Amino acid sequence: MRTRTPRVAGLALVLAAGLAVAGCADRSTTGGTEADPTASGSAAEGGGTSAADLSIQPLVQVDAEGAEVEAAGDGSEAADPAGDGSASCSGIAIAMAGALTGPNAALGTNILNGATLAVDQHNEANPDCQVEIKQFDTQGDPQAATQVAPTIVSDTSVIGLLGPAFSGETNATGPIFNQANLLSLTASATNPSLTQNGWTNFFRGLGNDNSQGAAVANYLTGELGFSTVCVVQDDSDYGIGLAEVVTETLGEAANPDCAAEVKTGDKDFSATVQIIADAAPDAVYYAGYYAEAAPLLSQLRSGGVEAAFASGDGSNDAQFVSQAGSDSEGAYLSCPCGPAPEPFAADYEAAFGQAPGVYSVEGYDLATIMLKGIDSGVSDRAGLVEFVSSYSGVGLAKPYEWDSTGELASTTTWLYEVQ
Amino acid sequence: MSALVLAGGQVLADGVIDFNVGALGRNFWSLTVSGLTYGSIYALVAVGYTLVYGVLRLINFAHSEIFMLGMFGQYATLMLLGFNPSGDVYQQGVLLTIVFLAVAMVGGMVVSGGAAVGLERIAYRPLRRRGAPPLVFLITAIGASFVIQEFVHFVLPSLTGNTLGGVNAQQPIRLVQPATQFEVFGARVSNVDLVIVASALVLAFAVDRFVNATKFGRGIRAVAQDPVTATLMGVSRERVIMLTFLIGGVLAGAAALLYTLRVPSGIIYSGGFILGIKAFSAAVLGGIGNLRGALLGGLLLGVMELYGQALFGTEWRDVVAFVLLILVLMFRPTGILGESLGKARA
Repeated sequence: MRTRTPRVAGLALVLAAGLAVAGCADRSTTGGTEADPTASGSAAEGGGTSAADLSIQPLVQVDAEGAEVEAAGDGSEAADPAGDGSASCSGIAIAMAGALTGPNAALGTNILNGATLAVDQHNEANPDCQVEIKQFDTQGDPQAATQVAPTIVSDTSVIGLLGPAFSGETNATGPIFNQANLLSLTASATNPSLTQNGWTNFFRGLGNDNSQGAAVANYLTGELGFSTVCVVQDDSDYGIGLAEVVTETLGEAANPDCAAEVKTGDKDFSATVQIIADAAPDAVYYAGYYAEAAPLLSQLRSGGVEAAFASGDGSNDAQFVSQAGSDSEGAYLSCPCGPAPEPFAADYEAAFGQAPGVYSVEGYDLATIMLKGIDSGVSDRAGLVEFVSSYSGVGLAKPYEWDSTGELASTTTWLYEVQ
Repeated sequence: MSALVLAGGQVLADGVIDFNVGALGRNFWSLTVSGLTYGSIYALVAVGYTLVYGVLRLINFAHSEIFMLGMFGQYATLMLLGFNPSGDVYQQGVLLTIVFLAVAMVGGMVVSGGAAVGLERIAYRPLRRRGAPPLVFLITAIGASFVIQEFVHFVLPSLTGNTLGGVNAQQPIRLVQPATQFEVFGARVSNVDLVIVASALVLAFAVDRFVNATKFGRGIRAVAQDPVTATLMGVSRERVIMLTFLIGGVLAGAAALLYTLRVPSGIIYSGGFILGIKAFSAAVLGGIGNLRGALLGGLLLGVMELYGQALFGTEWRDVVAFVLLILVLMFRPTGILGESLGKARA
């Protein structure tokens, strides 16, 4: 041991020197506003915007053919969760189920926050009707969701469910909620087949992937004029369903040679990037969630692929921009969900310290609809299903009225761009 | 794009597996470069599995979490050095960048090495004292893996004021903008690839020399070969075990930095799991317990995985890795270079 001491001391000295050098140096970034021109080393290539200034901005609202649709009103006539303040009820709760932890938790949290805002506004205005919102974490994982579902069903105070959030978990738990005749009002599960199971309790608060996928595919080939697109999908029910619609609608433009499949949880996409680089497409479409979309996009850019990048509502979150950084600039993100209007956005930010994310508005609207039901005197599960199936009204995002399968009567898709 | 046709015109897996020989041929060298890069990272992590197995006959499933902690370690080091995650690439010049990367790597090594030794102290040593059966060690390893993951997931954010850990991946701190340096047969080799492969080679050589040519290494090999006799000869078994965990942890920490160069947004509590499984497979492929086997297995697995994805389609990634493993084990049950750390090169 004695002979080692000088070596350890030497190592410590080198380390200390390294730290000293490092500590004195300037930090400058390629696009940063505070970039120091005197910083040593090669100058920044290109004039990209600083990643800190990037955010997801609404671009245009389109129909399934990719044609632009006029934006609806400013939400001033939207249903207000506060009501007239004279409601009376007791011991009633609504549940929210979705990914509150796990790699895609931001999406579930957006919905929960939106719904919580509606419930808080309702409870504040209605002292005689205090509705509780109970949260159930499914981690966005179908397996975990099937373990959570019975807990929700057996809680007799819960008369309506906001969720499940993702398509896979909705598919897995649908029969359980249907059997219990518990209203399942999803703010984000967009797989088209979910409404084809004959579930009488299931209602979707936004357009499905048939309309979203067709709209974005038509927009890519029409408005943006791309002639070859590589479609990459993950292994979730959502990603597979969305990719199928997009590929079908793209038709000739979808290049089968670079159609790739990745796995949820993957972070390294070397082979996928290589295959896409080889095909040199005009655009890459990713059907999946932001946890994989962000590293995929970064690796495409460092692999020399300059093609436009487009993805769906699963990637439409601030986390996508935060993780992909300046690589996310110019990415197109679609969503059947609308941008947050004021004063909702301001109230949301005041309550949760962050801007509303994707589905926050839907979470708010759908919770409001359930609260309207409760305020009208509904106090059991069957009554709430009945109430929603005949509901017709305008929310912050869009008008809500369902057909017999639980799909919205009219849907549009919003396109967003990171800029 | 043709299906495999068996004798008698029977078509196997038509429409399920496409054999895209063209894609493999066109991209062969690019895939090789990427494969070697990723394989180097597998190799460094695999060393941790193989050394611990060689000495303790224990498959340390928590090693993937040691690697994950290393990612957080180097990230925290960079933050302490004054870097802020912004999504932009810092421009520090080549020399300073190397210094920063080296300091971050040391940070990752300290965290990973410390965690590995701590894990051994807290989780495994008490079991060894009580003479627990091997299965208990295995279950403890799996349990420790969950504990570390959930620690980073739930506890770390409150300890660090929500700057580290939590649900989402860390916003990346990028020091190196990947840029093509030169081409090999049309395959673009980037600065990141070069740094990863070169660092991994240096570290692999160093650990190989350490185990095969120093006094401490001789102790490790002696305990691996015959713990009882080694103890009689004056080798402290406990110290060797600690050293083994330390080396494995330190290399995992180094691998963590190299990995984040390649996958900047991979720093998340669950980010070690898949890579850990692959590295473990690499260790078995090369011959678990055998140091050089782990290095070879890592490189081989990295390259074959990419060839396989180009040939069969990206969705077959894991299948390719494990079919390769099964094939090798069918003909070489102890892995390519044979099993034992002690016996292979005593």
